[in-house]
Amino acid sequence: MKFKGFDFFPHNTRWKIISWRYVFIGLSWALALAAAGLLYSRGLNYGVDFKGGTLIEVQTASGDLNIGQVRDKLGKLGLGDVQVQGIGKGNEALIRIGQQPDEKAQAAAAAKVKAALGDGVVIRRTESVGPTVSSELKRTGIYSVLAAIGGILVYVWFRFEWQFAVAGVLALVHDVFITTGMFSLLWYEFDLATVAALLTLAGYSINDTVVVFDRIRENMRKYKKMDLEQLLDLSINETLSRTVLTSSVTAVSVLALYLFGTEAIHGFSFAMLFGILIGTYSSIFVAAPLLLYFGVNRDTVQPSKDKATAKSVKA
Amino acid sequence: MLQFTRWKTIATLVVCLLGVLLTWPNFLSKERFERLPAFAQHKFGLGLDLRGGAHLLTTMDLDELRKDWVTNLQAEVRNKLREAKVPFTGLGVQAGAVIVNFASPELLDSGLKAVKSMAQTIGNGVTGNSGLDLDIKPAGPNQLTLSPTEPALNERATTAIGAAIEVIRKRLDPDGTKEVAVQRQGRDRILVQQPGIETEQELTVIRDKLRQAAKMTFHLVHPTMTSEEAKQTKVPAGYSLFPATDRGPAEELIETRPVLTGEQLKSASPAFDQRTNDPVIAFTFNSAGARIFGKISSENIGRRFAIVLDGKVISAPVFRSAILGGSGEISGNFTVQDVQQLSTLLQSGSLPAKLTIVEERVVGASLGQDSIEQGKRAGLIGLVGVAAFMIFAYGLFGVFAVVGAALHVVLVLALMSLLGSTMTLPGIAGVVLTIGMAVDANVLIYERIREELRNGKTPLSAIDAGFSRAYATIIDSQLTTFIAGLLMFALGSGPIKGFAVTLTLGIITTVFTAFTVTRMLASWWVQAQDRKMVPAPL
Repeated sequence: MKFKGFDFFPHNTRWKIISWRYVFIGLSWALALAAAGLLYSRGLNYGVDFKGGTLIEVQTASGDLNIGQVRDKLGKLGLGDVQVQGIGKGNEALIRIGQQPDEKAQAAAAAKVKAALGDGVVIRRTESVGPTVSSELKRTGIYSVLAAIGGILVYVWFRFEWQFAVAGVLALVHDVFITTGMFSLLWYEFDLATVAALLTLAGYSINDTVVVFDRIRENMRKYKKMDLEQLLDLSINETLSRTVLTSSVTAVSVLALYLFGTEAIHGFSFAMLFGILIGTYSSIFVAAPLLLYFGVNRDTVQPSKDKATAKSVKA
Repeated sequence: MLQFTRWKTIATLVVCLLGVLLTWPNFLSKERFERLPAFAQHKFGLGLDLRGGAHLLTTMDLDELRKDWVTNLQAEVRNKLREAKVPFTGLGVQAGAVIVNFASPELLDSGLKAVKSMAQTIGNGVTGNSGLDLDIKPAGPNQLTLSPTEPALNERATTAIGAAIEVIRKRLDPDGTKEVAVQRQGRDRILVQQPGIETEQELTVIRDKLRQAAKMTFHLVHPTMTSEEAKQTKVPAGYSLFPATDRGPAEELIETRPVLTGEQLKSASPAFDQRTNDPVIAFTFNSAGARIFGKISSENIGRRFAIVLDGKVISAPVFRSAILGGSGEISGNFTVQDVQQLSTLLQSGSLPAKLTIVEERVVGASLGQDSIEQGKRAGLIGLVGVAAFMIFAYGLFGVFAVVGAALHVVLVLALMSLLGSTMTLPGIAGVVLTIGMAVDANVLIYERIREELRNGKTPLSAIDAGFSRAYATIIDSQLTTFIAGLLMFALGSGPIKGFAVTLTLGIITTVFTAFTVTRMLASWWVQAQDRKMVPAPL
């Protein structure tokens, strides 16, 4: 065996993450508060899924699309809020028509826009969502994110102790919340696909955290006398290379989606990419330090010997 | 742990081979696919966002069902009370219920007895869900209310939606060749999906077919009073004013309750009036309808009757003679096109209530094709990127992980073909994402092996420990994502569902490939080494 791969990530690191916990938790608080401030003051750029209205994607048959001209043409129709955004290689655009008073008016407005655009452009995609459906989608979106968080909380509680479950879920809420704040900051469109990304992120972010928790539990059995602070530091450092490498490979595949995917999944892949970054950060710097605050009952974490071996829950 | 028994090896290889065989038909041309034996004709579907087409979500007006029911109920109550000879001082509809006023509590009692039998049992006696479809109770000393119960309304809604689905299918795809999917969603929704629809003209045709209830009813017109007289004085009990679209007065005073409905129509076809040459609709009633029509026409010779379509009187001819054959013609200021469209709608049956389009998504075929191409490219680049990373970090064992990841993609596609699931654009994103997750498990194992090696274990026991100890961690970490994936099914809407399918299936295949394929390759590698001095692989 000649080439064993480059073991490029440093091992045997002894970063004192726990002693620096105030810095990290402070940073997380700052990010979360910034996200809350953004969400409160400017809210989210909801897509048609949640806001209602019509989205039309157009492409010229040949040559560039004159966005300014299209904007002028559509502005004269008197349909209220009509936005035109150029995308792709300059020959495509997204047109958003605001919510009309009722479903019939909505269809009429879309037809008017299509007629005004004329024969020079090809209509590639139309999405039209009425007010009842959009508010319903918003509600189910919020419910499903809450349910996912609840489901994960119960699962981690079942597999570990409640302290682990609460610390893990707090870290995960932190990730989802800050990612949502990022959508507000960058004013990216927030639609159903974004919610799907947030749900995946919820599952993925706890994934890394569980790996660290597993090691903490294993070390608690191994070093019965070790001080908790020291033990957490040791566990985080031991799993550091794993945490960073696993996130990196997933980030590679999501990056491919972000760079080479269609317009329709741009928001989705951005949410995933940012979520993986913040999820990795929180697994290392937030979740384990939080455990210190909740205090871990080491007696319950050390089940009788035979049970521990039978379960073989070490990794 | 590294002992891979013979049957385990065979089982793993068989699964992988099956995966390839199941995935392969998806990439065949249509002709070659059809030449395959029936048992091999499994394929995953392509979502409308990839093949192009229209997705229309409609909602049924359930209030209209309730209104229709209460209108009929009012007429039935009048008949019942007259039969029982119980006088009443008032009969009307208020807040979705029929209200009857009596002169005294005693009369109310006998009135209650007369109408009590109108309530019928619904539901299932075995499960204990049975109840009455009508709630009949006194509302004060002299007043009686009859209102449909919630379970009965739900039952009617279910029936109505089922009927509407059939009608829509007949209207959009009479020959059953267009792959139109019509399904119920939630309490009052119907989702219609038709591939290949793109232009505004095609869409308008579909929208019209969905929006027009084509509910046809036949009513008797008031024998003497005109609509003007009724407006000036008072509309007589049991009669209503309906807007008219034919040449006559702007409104007609007709009996509220229809004598016949479009449900009794057997056929309807376009025709021309033999005298005037105007376009008309020729219709035939079924035998029950013909009997009623014959009876009514013979009893009411010289009286006018109104043909009402979706709440508007389209024509109100006079019964000149008894019509016993059960067929006739409807004239009403139609154009040839109107007649053709209307007879198709009548032929396919009427919708029980009005449908409103609440969501519409249309994707052009060219965009769908682009999405497929870009999805394939992103998937391939993702796979290559991940492969480069893994081989860079782990050498030969990295190659094992890449083989596992590639097989994971094949197995997801195979499972989707087997289940006949639908691949969508978010679904492709799910596959690409799980490529990264697939090697996650391997990173976990390999890093553990390296750690054990650093702790001074022999290569053999380090490999063994790496694979066996990572087991629980992998399950724990993948299950959390699995939970999130299952919840996305609950969210239900199209784009997310497609993603949830590939994500959850992908997690299953990820775990499978990490624990069988990669491990099998590692165990083959170990066996190929000199047993006594296995070198450190990582």
